[in-house]
Amino acid sequence: MLAINKKLVRELWHLKGQVASIALVVASGIMSVVTMRGSYDSLVSAQQQYYSESRFADVWAPLVRAPLALVSKLEAIPGVDAVDTRVTFLATLDLDDSGIPAQGRFVSLPEIGHPKLNDIVVREGRYIAVGAPDEVIISENFALARNFVPGDRIKVIINGRSRELDIVGTAISPEHSYAVPPGSLYPEDDRYGILWASREILGPAFDMDGAFNEAFVTLTPDANPAAVIDAIDTILDPYGGLGAYPREDQVSHLILQSELDSNRVTGAIIPLIFLGVAVFLLYLVLGRLISTQRGEIAIMKAFGYSDREVGAHFLMFAVVAVLLGGVIGTIGGLFLGDAYIGVYDQYFDLPGLEYQLTPSLLFFAFSACVLGAIGGAVAAVRRAVLLPPAEAMRPEMPATFKPGPMEQIGLGYLLGATGRMILRNLERKPVQSFFSSLGVALSVAILTIGFFMFDSINYMVDLQFRQIQREDVTLTFREILPDRVRYDLNHLQGVNRVETYRVLPARLRFGHLEKEVVIQGMEPFGRLRRIVNSKGYEIPVPSSGLVISSLLAQRLKVTSGDEVIVEILEGKRNKTQAVITGVIEDFLGLSAYMSIDALWSLSGEPNVVSGAYLAIDGQRVDDLYAELKEVPAVTGVASPATMLESFEEQLARGILIGAGFLLGFACVIAVGVIYNAARISLSERGRELASLRVMGFQRREVAILLLGEQAVITLFAIPLGWLIGYGLCYVITASLQTDIYRIPFIVEPRTYILSAMLIVIAAVASGLVVRRRLDGFALVEVLKTRE
Amino acid sequence: MVNQMLPDKEVILSARKLCKVYLMGEVTVNALKNVDLDLYKGDLTVLLGASGSGKSTLLNIIGGLDVASSGSVFYLDQDLSKLTDRELTNYRRLNVGFVFQFYNLISSLTARENVALVTDISIDPMTPEEALELVGLQGRMDHFPSQLSGGEQQRVAIARAIAKRPKILLCDEPTGALDVKTGKLVLSVLDQVNRQTETTTAIITHNVAIGGMGDVVIRMSSGEVVERIENETRTNVEEIEW
Ligand SMILES: Nc1ncnc2c1ncn2[C@@H]1O[C@H](COP(=O)(O)OP(=O)(O)O)[C@@H](O)[C@H]1O
Ligand SMILES: [Mg+2]
Repeated sequence: MLAINKKLVRELWHLKGQVASIALVVASGIMSVVTMRGSYDSLVSAQQQYYSESRFADVWAPLVRAPLALVSKLEAIPGVDAVDTRVTFLATLDLDDSGIPAQGRFVSLPEIGHPKLNDIVVREGRYIAVGAPDEVIISENFALARNFVPGDRIKVIINGRSRELDIVGTAISPEHSYAVPPGSLYPEDDRYGILWASREILGPAFDMDGAFNEAFVTLTPDANPAAVIDAIDTILDPYGGLGAYPREDQVSHLILQSELDSNRVTGAIIPLIFLGVAVFLLYLVLGRLISTQRGEIAIMKAFGYSDREVGAHFLMFAVVAVLLGGVIGTIGGLFLGDAYIGVYDQYFDLPGLEYQLTPSLLFFAFSACVLGAIGGAVAAVRRAVLLPPAEAMRPEMPATFKPGPMEQIGLGYLLGATGRMILRNLERKPVQSFFSSLGVALSVAILTIGFFMFDSINYMVDLQFRQIQREDVTLTFREILPDRVRYDLNHLQGVNRVETYRVLPARLRFGHLEKEVVIQGMEPFGRLRRIVNSKGYEIPVPSSGLVISSLLAQRLKVTSGDEVIVEILEGKRNKTQAVITGVIEDFLGLSAYMSIDALWSLSGEPNVVSGAYLAIDGQRVDDLYAELKEVPAVTGVASPATMLESFEEQLARGILIGAGFLLGFACVIAVGVIYNAARISLSERGRELASLRVMGFQRREVAILLLGEQAVITLFAIPLGWLIGYGLCYVITASLQTDIYRIPFIVEPRTYILSAMLIVIAAVASGLVVRRRLDGFALVEVLKTRE
Repeated sequence: MVNQMLPDKEVILSARKLCKVYLMGEVTVNALKNVDLDLYKGDLTVLLGASGSGKSTLLNIIGGLDVASSGSVFYLDQDLSKLTDRELTNYRRLNVGFVFQFYNLISSLTARENVALVTDISIDPMTPEEALELVGLQGRMDHFPSQLSGGEQQRVAIARAIAKRPKILLCDEPTGALDVKTGKLVLSVLDQVNRQTETTTAIITHNVAIGGMGDVVIRMSSGEVVERIENETRTNVEEIEW
């Protein structure tokens, strides 16, 4: 082996701690991309594959009832590719366990074969047989939640009559990846399921023979979706059309999309930020590491090694660290990616979902790290080789010290001799001190981002479930009921308070812009449901006019005071006007609120309600549920407590695990950088510190000198890191905002404290390691040889 | 005493009107002022002068470690001042061996490997073992610098410098960091190498007594050559006292 290679191997070994920690920084950067971004990309591609394989529709058109003959009219709309129709109804399920009553949505399948559009994927058991009217396929999540398997029977109440059906299979479909029960915001698999049955039974049972109450179409690539929707609405209007809507508004897709969006933070954006930070840190650390070798570079040059050879030699340090880190990162990333896709898999019902790392992603992550490392190394090697060897080799000129600004303004007396030395050292190399601080600050910043994700999710959960939805139980009525039902409800067991509500689907139009929403009619002085903005403040329900989400206002380009056209899409289907009396910041995005009285007069249907919110006595919940089950008018019973549970449970699996992964990567990066910085400053200052020891400084004094410098750098870095972290959190929040998804820009004090604490711990631990090395210095050797 | 030039001696390196100016902010330091210098093949030249007189600067320039502000340096018929950085590197690689006051060994390499670092990139070098034997270190080949005394380290540095069989051996205060006894040992190694290998050698020192061991003594002061003496005989290193 050539001596120069021996030197490389030996010095790599000598620097193994530093090489390893740099490798870990690389590994974390690559791993965060390979794991998180890789999983996210796999998720998105599984979604696309699933949609195309199940021929997921582009536009849905629910209506009251239309004859099948109308299909040909729909097919004739320009831009429509394929049309399919079906019959669908809500029904009560008679499950003989106590607990929350369950609901089922019946969805018809053709008498023969699979649906043309919106097909299902059978997971267990089989598809329904031709001419077997009692067979039903149920949604997989519901089956799992309720322990149904093919072969079981299920009792349902269709149109008031009880019936038993044979479960022949379980299935999933992109339309019902998330089965959200009416009145709920989130899927609750234990009390809401999808039941697919032949049109043969659903048609007659619901008086839909030869008719349909839902149509959907796919579009040709050149279609104008808005025009198609208009055309469909025109055709279906006489048949009680409830307003066609595009895929973007389909509930399950909407949730899937918003979940994908929310995973975009952890899956797409933050890993890239982390990679970027890792790359930049590599640049700094390797640059500095190689700068400490400037004497050796000069010797090698003096003996005739060319710049290229010297450069290549020192670049190898970078290359080895990056390759090592890259390999660890790739292997670890593949491993974690597989695990993480398992988390997604529990959460997302995407049949083709498996972890697939695209070579281009790996290549991208790898080359970013290589570029950062080589860039830092090249810059440092260049600086070193540009010096004439004679210059580089002479023992570094005694630094010229002068009183720095701090002392000039007369604060010097505040510091002892040691303090002054520390300060002068930092002031002597302001650029280097700044970059050292910046490196630590970036570590603080990514930790801040890691904790920020928890903050924003917690805030959202708290706002939604503790501030906005304060009722214990939400009831949804099968049909609208007169408002006096509140008195009946008041008499149910354990009910302490009743507030009724009215919800109405409507289309808001302003100029040429329009958006379908659900208008929520609320009691003006309600205590169970209130309008609450993103800051947690209650907005009083106005006596007239609409209060809408700011996102909705943006979409319609309206502001407070504008008058919008309101087309009610149910009942009398009134078309009137309403003034926007308030725009609120909230997270749900497309909410529209009114006082219930105003909504009554707007719709021309006074004194009717869609459901009620109840405050109940916690001890008598079971009695109440049992009683409610007997009330045919009530189809949906939801409790925010169960919603919260399932929401948090799902979050825990999804985003929080992702955030945990990222936080782990952030910690590794932070520790790696801080440890390296301490080690490098030790080797930069080794001779000087040893000389101080020779002159009679105590170990402790020397340690304070070195570590004090690190401490100042770290303390300066923390607020800087907070600032950078805060800025990055803002960028993340802003870049994620979509129509349906936005995350609160909330950075809790706790996040700042935790990220600073982690950094301080890392710094102290690195300091202790360095201190031990410093103590172990054999003075004579340090002075005899050059580092 | 001034001797007549010996006609059979070939000039291997000659510098003419060398100037070197360092700019230090407002202050300019004229480290070399119109220095002329000739090194003859096989000669041992001693450069004498007080600290700061410009000896290192001169040596670094003729060794291709630094470039002059003006003037010319010829190695045989090659003008060093016209060489590119790459060519200068090659000049050092093939023709020049350096010995420094602070040894400048690579601490992560053993004595043998420190020498190999140079022989690896040389044409027709000695083996590291031969070179180390020449400086009397056959027993210390696998020691790391930190396991060697200062004198031993300096001898490794000499072995490293001569292993490539350089045309010119340049030593900048090779004894500056050593005690008298060890310093003498190192000087006698240099003397012996110069005699055995006929390598043109230049030794920098501020120690007047050492001048006696050279064929030529050049005295510098404030960046100028103030005296050039050719010794008739070279004093044996053992007899030098300081
Ligand atoms: N890099 C430099 N920058 C500024 N001045 C220098 C530099 N190197 C040497 N000098 C100055 O040039 C003069 C000659 O230095 P040098 O050749 O090292 O002297 P010597 O080796 O004889 O002690 C000194 O005054 C020294 O201060
Ligand atoms: Mg000198």
